[in-house]
Amino acid sequence: MTDPRLLRRDFLRLAATAGPAALLAACGWDGGPHLQPSLGVMSRLNDWVGEKILLSPTRLAREYPVSQRAGAAFPSYFISPTLPVLADPAAWSLEVSGLVKRPVRLTMAMLQALPSVTYTVKHHCVEGWTAIATWTGVPLSTVAALVEPLPAARYLRFDSFDQNYFNGWDMPSAMHPQTLLAYGYNDRPLMPDHGAPVRLYSPLKLGYKLTKYLRAITFTSDRPGGYWEDQGYPWFGGV
Amino acid sequence: MTDTVLPGTPSLAATAEPLVQPLKRPLVKRHHWIVRVTHWLTAVLLVGMIASGLQIYGAYAHFGPRGNTYMVPNPFDATRYRGFPEAVRLGGWLGGGLNWHFALAWPFVLSGLLYLGYLIVSGEWRSLLFRPRDIRPAIEMQRYYLGLRKDHPAQGKHNALQKGAYTFIVALGAISVLSGFAIYKPVQLWWLEAMFGGYELARYWHFVAVWLFVGFSLLHVALVFLVDPASLRSMITGWYRGRFPNHD
Repeated sequence: MTDPRLLRRDFLRLAATAGPAALLAACGWDGGPHLQPSLGVMSRLNDWVGEKILLSPTRLAREYPVSQRAGAAFPSYFISPTLPVLADPAAWSLEVSGLVKRPVRLTMAMLQALPSVTYTVKHHCVEGWTAIATWTGVPLSTVAALVEPLPAARYLRFDSFDQNYFNGWDMPSAMHPQTLLAYGYNDRPLMPDHGAPVRLYSPLKLGYKLTKYLRAITFTSDRPGGYWEDQGYPWFGGV
Repeated sequence: MTDTVLPGTPSLAATAEPLVQPLKRPLVKRHHWIVRVTHWLTAVLLVGMIASGLQIYGAYAHFGPRGNTYMVPNPFDATRYRGFPEAVRLGGWLGGGLNWHFALAWPFVLSGLLYLGYLIVSGEWRSLLFRPRDIRPAIEMQRYYLGLRKDHPAQGKHNALQKGAYTFIVALGAISVLSGFAIYKPVQLWWLEAMFGGYELARYWHFVAVWLFVGFSLLHVALVFLVDPASLRSMITGWYRGRFPNHD
């Protein structure tokens, strides 16, 4: 956590400048060099509240009937200029390493041999839309049990082959039973638009936290940023 | 009466004053500093909350889930509205808007709680909370405003219509904060989400609250200047010298 005195100062500074700030809205103002750090501190406070106070490690997100699925209306985003597709899907494997006892390289066959979970849940996008879909995959906690993270591992970093898209996650969210390495979408194999061959999925996080086109998972002691998080989206991004 | 002039006393002629003093309205203490500070803080923060909220809204200017979109009345749906002008938005982009919104939300909530706490501890809620017994006086007040009644009904610190307005705005503040939390953490705060009829509707009520705030604020400011300009001073200094000096 941040120094509480620092926090209070940021808080007061924000409160005192909110008015002129609002008047400066005309500039599409992001806070400028003086307030931007205060906004960042507040965002970290909100991350802390999200993880330590509001997140329940056991509460499950609601499941929905298949009839409510969004189907083709479910948008899919990627940052590459064109849809990221593997040249040789058979050569793909997922590297799970970092602060773990037994690093592994998981092939698709190895992943699919692990016990899977299927659920129909609601996806929340940071933009404000929602879409219901069915996802199938292996709980990340199952894979974590395989590699045995060291006590020093407090965060996870997910890397993709969609250019340099990546995300950092807190451990409690990653170990939630509904956090999956998903390879199935709406009863079929995951297609490139939704992150084939394997993507991270969880109904407890906003869409931008759910790394698609997975390439590597790294357990770390330092908090990794993220493609959008480094540009200003909330780091925790939990719903 | 003898004409003795005491030394040092000015002559009668010099101190001649009109026999009848003009009726002077009493100067009364009206607003505690907590009320004044939280009032202006809320006003400022609300502008910031709305401006950053409109920025966030622009990222997806529709309501209802993808694939099963249901229509709710929304003149600002992206299909018929090009988006809010930059002048009323705060943050510049979605991430900037979110950071402003989630940073200002805390002082906004704390200011509201401080205000409510003061009302409860001081007992001042009694002159603000609209209760069933205020219905009749509210009708009388409305008749006065419509010109159906000549004399201004007797009132305490606030008339019954004001009580209605101030009760409404506090309730609206609570609704906007609760619906905001419902769409901030719809899974963890599932009971809040359910209270508003689900995520999509909670998001809609959160947006409707904006326009009720805007409508209230316009009316509120207009009435200050049209009906009781002295109340503006009392919200700044705490002291009131105006038409309605009674306290209850």
